[in-house]
Amino acid sequence: MCHQNETDMKKFILPWIFLIIAAAAMAQAKISGTVKDNRNRPIPGASITLKGTYDGTVADSTGKFSFKTTEKGEYMLEVKSINYKSIEQKITIANDAVVVNFSLKEEVNELNAVTVTAGSFEAGDKKRAAAVLTSLDIVTTGGANADISAVMKTLPGAQQIGEQEGLFVRGGTGYETKQFIDGTLVNNPYGTSIPDIASRGRFSPFLFKGTVFSTGGYSALYGQALSSALMLESIDLPDQSQASASVSTVFVGAGYQELAKNKKSSWGVNYGYTNLIAYFNIVKQKPDYFTMPEFHNGDANFRIKTKKGGMIKYYTTFSYGRIGLRRPNIDSADLKNAFGYTNVNWYNNVSWRETLSHGWKFNLGLSYSTNKDDIKQEIQNQNNQYTYTGKAYIDSNNFVLNSRQDLSQIKVVLEKKLKGISAVRFGSEYWYGYNKNKYNIYSSLLIDHFVSVFGETDLYITNGLAAKIGGRFEYSSILAKANIAPRLSLAYKVGKDAQMSLAYGDFYQKPENTQLISTTNFGYTKATHYIANYQKTNKFYTFRIEAFYKKYNDLVKTFPVFNNDGTGYAKGIELYWRDKKSIKNLDYWISYSYLDTKRDYLNYPGQMQPNFAATHTASLVTKRFVTEWKTGFNFTYSYATGRPYYLLQQNGNKYEIKDQGKTTDYNSLGFSLNYLPNLGKAKAKTFIVLVASVTNVFNQKQVYGYNYNYSGSIKQAITPPAPQFFFIGCFLSWGVDRSQDAINNNL
Amino acid sequence: MKKLFFLTIIAAGLQFNASAQSDKFVDAMKSALKQYGEAKDNGEALIAVEAKFERIADAEKTQWLPYYYAALIKATMSMQGIGGDRDKVADEANDLITKAEVIEKNNSEILVIKSMIQTAKMIVDPQARYMKNGAEAARLLEEAKKADATNPRPYMLQANNLKNTPEQFGGGCKSAKPIAEKAVELYAAFKPKSEIAPNWGKESCEGIIASCK
Repeated sequence: MCHQNETDMKKFILPWIFLIIAAAAMAQAKISGTVKDNRNRPIPGASITLKGTYDGTVADSTGKFSFKTTEKGEYMLEVKSINYKSIEQKITIANDAVVVNFSLKEEVNELNAVTVTAGSFEAGDKKRAAAVLTSLDIVTTGGANADISAVMKTLPGAQQIGEQEGLFVRGGTGYETKQFIDGTLVNNPYGTSIPDIASRGRFSPFLFKGTVFSTGGYSALYGQALSSALMLESIDLPDQSQASASVSTVFVGAGYQELAKNKKSSWGVNYGYTNLIAYFNIVKQKPDYFTMPEFHNGDANFRIKTKKGGMIKYYTTFSYGRIGLRRPNIDSADLKNAFGYTNVNWYNNVSWRETLSHGWKFNLGLSYSTNKDDIKQEIQNQNNQYTYTGKAYIDSNNFVLNSRQDLSQIKVVLEKKLKGISAVRFGSEYWYGYNKNKYNIYSSLLIDHFVSVFGETDLYITNGLAAKIGGRFEYSSILAKANIAPRLSLAYKVGKDAQMSLAYGDFYQKPENTQLISTTNFGYTKATHYIANYQKTNKFYTFRIEAFYKKYNDLVKTFPVFNNDGTGYAKGIELYWRDKKSIKNLDYWISYSYLDTKRDYLNYPGQMQPNFAATHTASLVTKRFVTEWKTGFNFTYSYATGRPYYLLQQNGNKYEIKDQGKTTDYNSLGFSLNYLPNLGKAKAKTFIVLVASVTNVFNQKQVYGYNYNYSGSIKQAITPPAPQFFFIGCFLSWGVDRSQDAINNNL
Repeated sequence: MKKLFFLTIIAAGLQFNASAQSDKFVDAMKSALKQYGEAKDNGEALIAVEAKFERIADAEKTQWLPYYYAALIKATMSMQGIGGDRDKVADEANDLITKAEVIEKNNSEILVIKSMIQTAKMIVDPQARYMKNGAEAARLLEEAKKADATNPRPYMLQANNLKNTPEQFGGGCKSAKPIAEKAVELYAAFKPKSEIAPNWGKESCEGIIASCK
């Protein structure tokens, strides 16, 4: 209708608008300034944006910036940079130049912030800065035979103890180290004890995505461990569905795991059968095995990702095992000690973690385990028949022990996020322990209701300063006593990738069940830890040095009466160096521990260096994968100075040291090789890993201590059942969704 | 007439603004792309041009391309260790490509960037991460191929990944070359959807073939 008019109008208006724009273009305003941090250091590369427009720039190497804009009026000028909090400032642009100087605050985030590292070695992908060992590291440690504890022994703080299971940390006994899976205590982490022979751990390293080996000063969330906590975090969903099988010189196994199509849930089952008959027939053992070690292991799991992104995980493992062995009796050359056991163990763990609204998180852990041992030892003659000698010191070695240990637990932890990444967490746990023993004709029943309440807060004052303050209250019904344990640690950044940490804490632990059977008139044993640490770490290397002092109080004395009068101390310095870069294709770590410790406990006549403590311990672990051969070569050398041994004999109302000495130094070289023939073959349906390993390659004599006969006239070295252990195994897996192929393509 | 006059001014103004906006956007993108081409491997220049794409993206909010280019640059920055912690830079690239994906769904080019980000994360710690990030990177390339069978870039990246994989692991020239050749065929037939649409990688692809002779 008005078409003509419109066109005319346009003709008229367009040049006019262009004129305005041209004028505006000429009237560009300059915006400039600097971007610095709160310590007045320039932040090069910070991005400056006039919000809502295309205009802006980045700061140069001196933090200066400058750009021009044709915009006029009020705008927000935004500046942002990685690791800093973004800020905006309102500016008015007229014809004059605008100068704005920004001062950015560092953003406190998990990547930059210091982590409290005093006392603990963290592994896993979550916090790379502190990452030390992954599950792959554990299975490729030479000589460790994929045993988690054996690998932890290559880290500073742990002793090279071979005559019994457990981690002996910083002058502490094996009982003083506890293992936790997803926050709950594992009551029987190792196979049943055999005198003078260490049992393996029950859990495969592949179950866990993260391992924290704390050698002291750990969080208030954990208790009942005087010296050390090994915290294992189970994996969430597997990467793929897969079937697996394994065959080796000592076991066969098969497993299946399925990851749901929507990748929200998974389940799996595994079965393994171990029998050492074939192996023991080829490699001679010192003991005479009348029941060949034989174990059935089954496990099952399911894992569900919840709607809100939480996880529910269930893991159960059942095992049945038996063993019987004869060794010479130290008191009589004509006699033998025949020891045997049957063990049934069932372990269950449920964990549920969920993120709630308003910065709250919760973790629920439930666990039930039962362990039954039927142990028998008898004195036999040369014809392997039961013999009664009439000598009490010999006949007292005859015993039958039926023991059952059940532990049920529930643990709830709530966490609330505070400002930045600071957080407060608190919770409670309840353990019901049931221990029934029958030793020959003597029966005992120990029932303990144990409750703890704990709280701690992570305070990130800046990226360079963090504190963890916590406390723990415990009550045990069997002792009818409570304790309160404060925990405190600080971390301070001292340079790029470098930090210092301090930790202090009180730790309490119930006496062992074997002691509580005699009397429950005990208090808690106590240790106080003081730790100072310096750590420098990046992607390629980790260096740390740590000094500690540990004070023991109220240790258990068994003579002249059972009480808590024992005392002790441990102090030392530890070094750790891991380097993945300096030597091409070689990953290695070195650890060294110096330990000065004495204690007066059990029947010790006074404070003395315990027989499980060596003054100097060192390990060198090397791993090299040769791509051309698709083979990894792993060596571990461990060294420890000799440990003391004692002959303690009762003389009237006290024990006396009748004999003492030091064992020879401990040396051991372990080697393992893994060959992956199908690595990278896109068409291969089977993924194969061949493993061969040997412990104590040089066949060096290893003496863990000495046993004395009754009179003290004879001492016998405690040595491993065979000087070396050889292993050859083949592990096969079939990735059901063939994503293994994809992996190989992208390695 | 007076009323009409004003209406016309407004209408003309709107029309003018709309087309100016679009021209302004395309011009800004072209200028940024030119700058990107000149930046090559220079860290500071990459940081500057990445910031420019982000500014355009945040001002426009409904255009996926500026987010796409910003994410592409961030991903390559992470791979080259430019601009800070490699993981964090890769995470930022991921935030950017997620914004692009909200605007433009199931786009082959976006899937290519997502794959690159997984590769960038993988190479931070290949031993520990290849199982997860490596597999995810490969899966995303397959998805990208499915989303647009004519897109040469998923093939180019696959060839590149293979070339950087040791021969013993099924990589090397032997497996990379046929895929690079397939990519070259696709590049020959490929017509970018606009002046500012993704159209890169041909030279690298030819480079793979040349170095595999």
